[in-house]
Amino acid sequence: MDQLLRPFEFEFFRNGLIVATVAGALCGLVGVYVVLKGMSYIGHGLSHAIFGGFAASALLGVNYVLGAGVWGVASALMINGVTRRRTIGADAAIGVITTASFALGLALFAVFGRRGSSFDAALFGSILGVGTADVVAIVVLTIIVAGAVFLGYRHLLFATFDPDVAAASGVRTGLVDAAMMLVLATSILATMQVLGVTLIAATLVIPATVARMLTDSFSRMLILAAGIGATCGFVGMNLSYQLDIQSGPSIVLVGAGIFAVVFTITGTRGRARAAGVAG
Amino acid sequence: MMSQQRYLDDGALVRLRGVSCRYDRDTVLDRIDLDIGRDQFTGIVGPSGSGKTTLLKVLLGTMVVAAGQVRMAPGLRVGYVPQVETVDWNFPVTVAQCVLMARTRGRVLPWPSASERRDTSAVLDRLGLGGFADRHIRRLSGGQQQRVFLARALMGDPQLLVMDEPTSGVDATTRHDVLHLLDDLNRAGTAIVLTTHDLNGIASHLPHLVCLNTTVVATGTPRQVLTPEVLERTFGARMEVLEHAGMPVVIDEHAHLHHRVVPLRKNAS
Repeated sequence: MDQLLRPFEFEFFRNGLIVATVAGALCGLVGVYVVLKGMSYIGHGLSHAIFGGFAASALLGVNYVLGAGVWGVASALMINGVTRRRTIGADAAIGVITTASFALGLALFAVFGRRGSSFDAALFGSILGVGTADVVAIVVLTIIVAGAVFLGYRHLLFATFDPDVAAASGVRTGLVDAAMMLVLATSILATMQVLGVTLIAATLVIPATVARMLTDSFSRMLILAAGIGATCGFVGMNLSYQLDIQSGPSIVLVGAGIFAVVFTITGTRGRARAAGVAG
Repeated sequence: MMSQQRYLDDGALVRLRGVSCRYDRDTVLDRIDLDIGRDQFTGIVGPSGSGKTTLLKVLLGTMVVAAGQVRMAPGLRVGYVPQVETVDWNFPVTVAQCVLMARTRGRVLPWPSASERRDTSAVLDRLGLGGFADRHIRRLSGGQQQRVFLARALMGDPQLLVMDEPTSGVDATTRHDVLHLLDDLNRAGTAIVLTTHDLNGIASHLPHLVCLNTTVVATGTPRQVLTPEVLERTFGARMEVLEHAGMPVVIDEHAHLHHRVVPLRKNAS
């Protein structure tokens, strides 16, 4: 028991644990939209795009949250804009914009050199640099997003299920999509430090997919995905300390484990429910 | 409840004058003139790619027109029933939740009010879906899914109902039921515009048709427009037209040609 409680003595661990748990819930919530829209690849792509902004801001000496944030939001809105044009599919738009941004980040680091451990931390996650300000930021962001989802629930549901009819009914689907892309970029940014860009996509996709296997209700799916995401963050962080592995892989492996268990238990019914979320 | 009915000066709900639409450089609608009256029941027929769905989007106000004028009655309430294939029927919603989407702009709280629950129940009963409120939408037949979309559209108490291929993929009995239902709605004062590929099963039963192939080829009653000449100009294939029980019956020996758009000749008369 002492061994289990020992990491809580360290402030950096407590901060990291809160950020991982709250960010897990946030990514789970946002992941429902991503998964049901068949845009699972976007989390993967957007996190890589943000890496470009991270590299540029690190080299320019700009605050990385600000630099990578502006970069990420610009990438997200660009993807959203390109996707709404009929000639280019969402997957191709994401592929082009995000890999180019990731490549730029790698090139900048190659030309100007890596600075300390930030390069590895950005790729795979580290809780060492998580401070009180990060904790406050993620908690405030999660409260804002949860509030927006609650108040905009009907708009989000209609725009996600049937955007054409929603638009014809006066729902501003373009605004809903842009807002969700903004939330997605901000969530990835807030989570990047703990999870790393290479693993964030899993925290978006796994909780929502598991939740979909467990329920046929949109509202319950939102609550379940947030809960599963938070559980992955909490358990993953503790395992990370106990097994002395990076926080990112640990959190993702817990999520993968939950997925495997639910996949087995729910059987064909769960797989039928989740069939539509694979795209 | 009496709702305030407002129309354009001559009683029309929607009026299009010289409307053209383009996707990038492709013209999909060219100089369309069309009036939708308050009691009208109109079918739009034409081959795939002839602009039928785009025309519906213009009526819905969700398509930016490249040229021309679209006028709608102030405060016009439009209900839209898309093709059932346009959504993911595995999406996590029940029948009642799907129907309630029509009230998205009415209430902020996620859960339905007592009056919303009553209205949902009433519209589901009216469409023969009374026992299905809590059923997941995946567990419905094609005809039932169609009726769920119709129920959602009716929840908004529309003056104009716009339907895209409402009977595609349903059996003859369901098609018959849908037609009767729409006829009842029309008699009760709802204007209806629908697109259809089905010339004999649907179009020939409607009071008014618009033959479309990027531009309006002809408008009129089925007897006026379901003629070999008009059908050839619309579908690009010669079709024989017989008469059965006072209604035109189109003999289509070149059904595969329906999938081809007739190139629009400039300055065609």
